[in-house]
Amino acid sequence: MSIIPPESNHHSVILGKDQPMPLDCGAMLSDISVSYNTYGTLNEAKTNAILICHAMTGDQYAASKQPTTGKEGWWTSMIGPGKVLDTDKYFLVCSNVLGGCMGTTGPKDIDPKTGESYGLKFPMITIADMVRTQALLQDYLEIPDWFSVVGGSMGGMQVLQWASAYSERCFSAIPIATAAKHSAQNIAFHEVGRQAVMADPDWQGGNYYNSDRVPRAGLAVARMAAHVTYLSETALHRKFGRNLQDRDNLTYGFDADFQVESYLRYQGINFVDRFDANSYLYITRAMDYFDLASDHGGSLPKAFEGSKTRFCLVSFSSDWLFPTSQSKEVVRALNAAAANVSFVNIETDKGHDAFLLDTPEMLQTMGGFLESTAKIRGIA
Amino acid sequence: MMIKTSRPRPQDIRVDFKLIAQMIKPGSRVLDVGCASGTLLSYLVETNNVDGRGIELSQTGVNECVAKGLSVIQGDADKDLIDYPDRGFDYAILSQTLQATHRPKEVIEQLLRVGKKAIVSFPNFAHWRCRAYLAFKGRMPVTSSLDYDWYETPNIHFCTLLDFTALCAELDIKIEKSVIIDANGRVLKTQSLGKRANFFGMQCVFQLSL
Repeated sequence: MSIIPPESNHHSVILGKDQPMPLDCGAMLSDISVSYNTYGTLNEAKTNAILICHAMTGDQYAASKQPTTGKEGWWTSMIGPGKVLDTDKYFLVCSNVLGGCMGTTGPKDIDPKTGESYGLKFPMITIADMVRTQALLQDYLEIPDWFSVVGGSMGGMQVLQWASAYSERCFSAIPIATAAKHSAQNIAFHEVGRQAVMADPDWQGGNYYNSDRVPRAGLAVARMAAHVTYLSETALHRKFGRNLQDRDNLTYGFDADFQVESYLRYQGINFVDRFDANSYLYITRAMDYFDLASDHGGSLPKAFEGSKTRFCLVSFSSDWLFPTSQSKEVVRALNAAAANVSFVNIETDKGHDAFLLDTPEMLQTMGGFLESTAKIRGIA
Repeated sequence: MMIKTSRPRPQDIRVDFKLIAQMIKPGSRVLDVGCASGTLLSYLVETNNVDGRGIELSQTGVNECVAKGLSVIQGDADKDLIDYPDRGFDYAILSQTLQATHRPKEVIEQLLRVGKKAIVSFPNFAHWRCRAYLAFKGRMPVTSSLDYDWYETPNIHFCTLLDFTALCAELDIKIEKSVIIDANGRVLKTQSLGKRANFFGMQCVFQLSL
């Protein structure tokens, strides 16, 4: 394994210039700015392109320094020369999702109609809209089909949407720690986060872009609540237990006495520097609306009917946000649709976050799947 | 299923696999339940050009299969067959796994629901060596092909050839084909599934339908 970060290229492109893109909500969006990173080189036959779909609060800096935080990319364990997503072998594309805040059109951008930031005037977007935008990018890059579409969590939802809507344009699909619909529990957690943002007076009905106040506190609380759902109880306990933060005794106050509190506050505060509160509202909503079966008359197998895509699903035993049962539901549907599907449930106590961590079993499964699929595809 | 079972010696496995392969029409859709590291499934893909799928309990097994380009899901013969649609496969195979299932009867019924035909292979516990071992040593048989002590064997539901045929009769399952192999990996000449086969047969391979 190399520790040298892969060469990356950051690009931005305006898509939908000639033809506006229809959204699920009925609105049309034109001149969509899409920012993306690429790693590796597209081969002559254009058969080695992999689309990486980022999670809810991820971005296109999958394996390069995030410009705001200066931190390494969120999937550096996965991407690089000789790694599972081998930049010597594949051409990787990772774009910021529609509604995002890292360069792809979202609520903080200027509405050409008003000359001001969209704020809540930004149209409601869905996972399918995100995927439509990525399909425009695929056209722009002149890639006939992805060798694979890969992603975890919300990224996994995009993978499933890709495989359902554009089966012929993805040779293989790796949905990780995800589901074909957002559960009531997940919608509930998202609603808590959104209400935290909207309860912050600095949110100002979403029109905070021209003021000197942004809803930092609300967004931080939203992040803190969400962060708990990414970890398992065991992982939280192992990491923090009831350990006290930089003190020997309880203070009998509301300071962060416990390490776990201090950790969550840190997570919350760091997040607000790199994420737009309105983007958070829109993207969480997009996830809530995701229900692949209901888009196909209530039948999930129908979503994958006739699919030639090769699937490899991965779930984690301690993930309670996207539990194994939800991956199994997808596997069941794929089997019913006679699709090519492999599935592994990885025993780990790391919770939902396991897909972002260096989880050897996940790397082995994905590595084996990609290598054998590459052979079938004839990629050396 | 994890096949830490009464694994026959390598030469016997090949006989077993060959016999299964001979039963399967080329180009069929096949589900191998308890496919371990995918040896049989790869063999069937190669020799019979089948459209193959597998279920395997152990993660290492699944990973090995996936690395071979096989489509295999992590699951349990006892619990997960229920998730497959009716008659989605031409053949559902249960090779050397029956004796390790918790509910063999239900598993066989499920095989014949998801597959138009089922192929089941298992070691015959009434083989004369097992009988002799029990008769003369008075201990649970531990042989080269059944090499576990009673307290740690994953093989919890051993049956004999006659037990199996009796169960098929009870469930109205048609035995379409059967091949019985002796201790030397040779196919028994006798075609009848009687006491003689039950005495000399070490491995049994059955093709079943409803």
